[in-house]
Formats: sequence, structure tokens, C-alpha cells
Amino acid sequence: MAKIVFESVTKTFPTKDKKRKEEFTALDGIDLEIGAGEFVVVVGPSGCGKSTLLDLLGGLTRPTSGRILLDGEPVTGPGLDRGIVFQQYALLPWRTALGNVEFGLEATGVPRRQRAARAREFLDLVGLTGFEDRHPHELSGGMRQRVAIARSLAYDPDVLLMDEPFAALDAQTRESLQDELRRIWQRTGKTVVFITHGIEEAVYLGQKVAVITSRPGRVKEVVPVSFGGRAAGATGEDLRSSPEFARYRHEIWTLLHDEVARAQRLEKEEAAA
Amino acid sequence: MTTPTRQPHPTTPPPPSTAPDPSVANAPAPAPAPGPAPANAQAPAPVPSPLPVAAPGPAPDPVPASAAGPAPVSGTDDPLPRPESAPAPVRAPRRVAVVGRWLRAGLLRSAAILLLLAVWETAPRAGLVDATFLPPVSEVARAWWDLLGDGQLGEHTRASLTRSFGGFAIAVVIAVPLGLLIGWYRPVAAFLGPLLELFRNTAALALLPVFVLLLGIGETSKVSIVVYACVWPILLNTISAVGNADPTLVRLARSMDLSTPRLFQKVILPSAVPVIFTGIRLAGAVSILVLVAAEMIGAKAGLGYLINASQFNFAIPQMYAGIVTISAIGVAFNQVLVTIERRLSLWRVPAA
Repeated sequence: MAKIVFESVTKTFPTKDKKRKEEFTALDGIDLEIGAGEFVVVVGPSGCGKSTLLDLLGGLTRPTSGRILLDGEPVTGPGLDRGIVFQQYALLPWRTALGNVEFGLEATGVPRRQRAARAREFLDLVGLTGFEDRHPHELSGGMRQRVAIARSLAYDPDVLLMDEPFAALDAQTRESLQDELRRIWQRTGKTVVFITHGIEEAVYLGQKVAVITSRPGRVKEVVPVSFGGRAAGATGEDLRSSPEFARYRHEIWTLLHDEVARAQRLEKEEAAA
Repeated sequence: MTTPTRQPHPTTPPPPSTAPDPSVANAPAPAPAPGPAPANAQAPAPVPSPLPVAAPGPAPDPVPASAAGPAPVSGTDDPLPRPESAPAPVRAPRRVAVVGRWLRAGLLRSAAILLLLAVWETAPRAGLVDATFLPPVSEVARAWWDLLGDGQLGEHTRASLTRSFGGFAIAVVIAVPLGLLIGWYRPVAAFLGPLLELFRNTAALALLPVFVLLLGIGETSKVSIVVYACVWPILLNTISAVGNADPTLVRLARSMDLSTPRLFQKVILPSAVPVIFTGIRLAGAVSILVLVAAEMIGAKAGLGYLINASQFNFAIPQMYAGIVTISAIGVAFNQVLVTIERRLSLWRVPAA
């Protein structure tokens, strides 16, 4: 049974330009099914409404029409059954790494005494043992995002929503975190919805890659990705340099290419207007 | 009023290093030397700009670096971080160097003051200025000692501090909760913004006659004017601190379905503390500033009275003794507040 279902979800925003009274359609009739425990990557050009999709799923905004079902129930607001990982980490700078992970637990009513132990456990899961007492400004970007991931996992949501979580990181850090994320996903069995604009990242991470068109955002195609090599334990460069990987990347690149060109043209027109 | 020369090095940076590591201790607090220069009541940098809600405010940016996109220290050290590779603080060999640095910094920091004292001592003696109006510092010191000995100084200081701290404390108790409330309800902040600006920019002392008219010349009017003058920096900083809370953190809290009181307690309030405290520190300087002026009008005790009365009686060394005492109190009070502020802001990203 599908864990998450988007049923012709549309989201429009009133434009700021009051004279024209137009509405900006961010998402237009999105249909998408995500199975329990699946790792789905949503990829699209910038400004295609990827983040809106995630806000809707997180319950931070409501769809203009259509509905989103989570375990068969419509999403009506935020909840601790979904954990969001933000691109900007969103760590509380006055708390240590441990305190930040505990922050997630405080919301769920885990008894105070168990919080620290639980938080340590999850910091360990993301490879940050020994950094419990560091404040965010004492951690590198990659480590901060690890803390954020640990925080989201700690309160044990069924679904992990990730909004371009690795976009601000340098290439090496990003690749190592991608491997970590896949490992964590396999270990915890969470359903992951991962937003990105990186094609390689999408191919590398996803079981399914949903390609979104821009303005209005629609699902252009959902590409299932599976590597023969992965079963044999291939990761990193082995996988990225395989012919299969190149084929998937090309396929998604082709799907996106027209979209990127179109998005750029639209942006130019808008800037000129 | 035109005494910028009295603050020889208001911006000289060597951090007072209360903490051993200067890179951490480098909190955003360029102490606005509260001494005799009245200028900082007018244009202190850290007071937030006109509209607390709209303007990002030049106050030390409360949005921490987490919102600033790419982290300054991006993770070359990141792939598979090993705890044991954490930079272990090597204490012992550095201690000597640290003490040496302290000494040098201390010398540098006190050099200007020592120079001032030297000039103050020699200029009247050499006849460069009239010793009647500017007696040498040694004479002032003797007068100060005598005043301390016969209990006058203690009495006046106690009178001043009671009013000053009393008014300051009342202002903190009023302005912080009020500021939190106004800052949280943005329409209220937008509505009250211009009015608050108007009041803030009305020099408190200009209203002193009004206070005297309404409350008489007793303690009430003096404490009230201190309260009034202290409320604005605290209130405006608090409003701006709440308004500038990192939107990503608010989104995070919302996504976790935190109730509004919880959001306030766990996110808004802690993130606002440093900026609120900047306001409190400014108010601390203002409280002494305003009080002294108030005491010069219709008071029978207090340091302001002592200064004024000494001048009337032509007891010039006593007058300077009073002035020096006020400077010392101002510096000490500010130092206490700076220390607390730093303690509360340790988590902030060291000023880049």
C-alpha cells in the first residue's frame, strides 16, 4: 500500500504584482505515489515548486486543490510522523549538537532522562560520536547537516522529508553524506522524499526519480532506478562511473534539459517585463 | 556635549579577554564607554533602526550563521569525522604566551588612561591651565579620599545607585515582557513602531520638567525619569530581536508541530537573548547618565548633587572627585553587564 499519495495537487500563490491580479501556479495537478520505505528523489529546475511540494507534504501549507494522503489519511497540518531536514540545517545555535537532537525529542514527550541517551544513539548513527558538546558554529557544514539528520531521525518519524539538504556542501562532503544517508535509510527503513536539483545526486540516491517540470510544476515522468552493481555492494565512484549510471543520468538529463531551457526563457521574459 | 575627545580609543579592539581564547571571547560588544561622554545616549550603534519589524537592524545580527548558507568552515574535515582527530586543546605550553598577551594587552589598554592622568597632573602644575579650575589629579584624589573618609561619598553614591539601579531594574521588568509581546504580534509592532520611535528620540532630560510637574521633585520623579530613559533601548531591542528570529528555526518548530508558547520558550526567547541584552547594556549606561542630570536639579543627595553643590561652593577638587566617581561607576556597571552579555552569547558565531 502506498505510504504517500498526491492526488492532483495544485498550489497557487497570489502574485505580488497587484495590478495584474494574476495567480502564480507553483504546482499543477501533481499525481505521485510513494510506497512505504521507498527512497524517492524529486528533481527539477530551480523555481519548479519542489520546495512547495515538500511544504505541502510537511503540512506547512495547504494545497489549493487536490489532496495529499499519508497512510490513507489526508494531511491537514504538521506532525511528528514527518521529519524535515532543511537545506540551511536549522540548528539552534545556542544548543550543543546533543541539545539539538534532544530538541526533537522534547516535542514528542520522551522522558527527560531518556533523551540524552537517545540523542547520543542518533548522533552515533550519523557518525558524530565525540562531538556531542560542540555548538553548531564549531562544526563544519557537513557535520551540522548530520546533526540535523540525527535530530529528525531521533523522534522516529515514518517519513523523512529532505529539502536540498546537501546543496550547500562541497562535493566531497556531499558524496560522503549521500552514502551515509543511503546507509541510514537502509538501516532504519524510513520513507525518504528527497528534493534536489542535482541529477547525479538524484540518480545516485533514489529508487525512483520524479522529474518535475517548471511553471507550472507537473510530474513529467517517474524514472525507476536500479543498479545491478548496488546489490553487489558497489558504492561511490564504482557506481558513478558505471555505464548504467551514465544511462540513467542521460535519461533524466534529457527529460530536464527542455525544462531548464524553458525555465530560463521564462525567467528572462519576466525580468524584461 | 562635544566631548568625543574624552573617549580616546572607543574602538580599539584588543578584546578584554575574560575567556582565555580570544577568538571565542570576541563577542559583539564594543563597549560604548559610558564614562563622561554623553554622546552615546544619542547615537549608539547597537540600537536597532527605526522600524523594529521591517528593518534588519544594525544590532549584532541575531540570525545565526545557520541561515547564512554555505558554512564558513565547510567540511574538508568532514568525511568520516573521527572524534579523536578533534583539535585537542594543548593547554600547558600556551599558558605562558597567554599571560604575556594579557600583560601586553593590559598595558596597551591602560596606556591612554595613564597618559590622561599624567597630563592632568602636569598641565595645572606647569601653568598650562588654571589650577583653580582644573586642579592636579593628586589634589582631586586627596579630596576624593577625604570625601570617602567623612562618609559623604558613600552617602551620595548610595543615594545615586539606589535610584539608578532601582529605575534600571524596573525598566528591565517592564520593557522585556512588553517588547516580547509587541515583537510577537507584528501588526502591533507596526502600529506602535512610529510612536516608540518618537518617544525614544525625545531626549529623556527634555521631559524632566514634565516629570517634576507631575510627580514633584522627590524620589518618584527621579526614579521615573530613569525608568523612562531605560525603557526605550530595552524595549526596541527586544522588539527587534523577536522580529528578527531566524525564520528557518520558526519553520522547523512549526514543522514539528510546536505550540506557540513552546515555540516562544524554546526558539524565540533564547535566540533573542543576546540582542535583548545589548539593549539592557545600553540602558545601564543611560540609567547613570540621566540620573546624574536629574540630581543636579532639586536634589539633596546623590552624586549629581555633590558635583553641582561643590561647584556652587567653589570646592573644585570635590567636584572632580564626584565626576571621577561617576565615571568609575559607569565603567564598572558596564563591565558587569558586558560580562553577563558575553556569558549569554557564547554560542554566537564569533564575529567574522
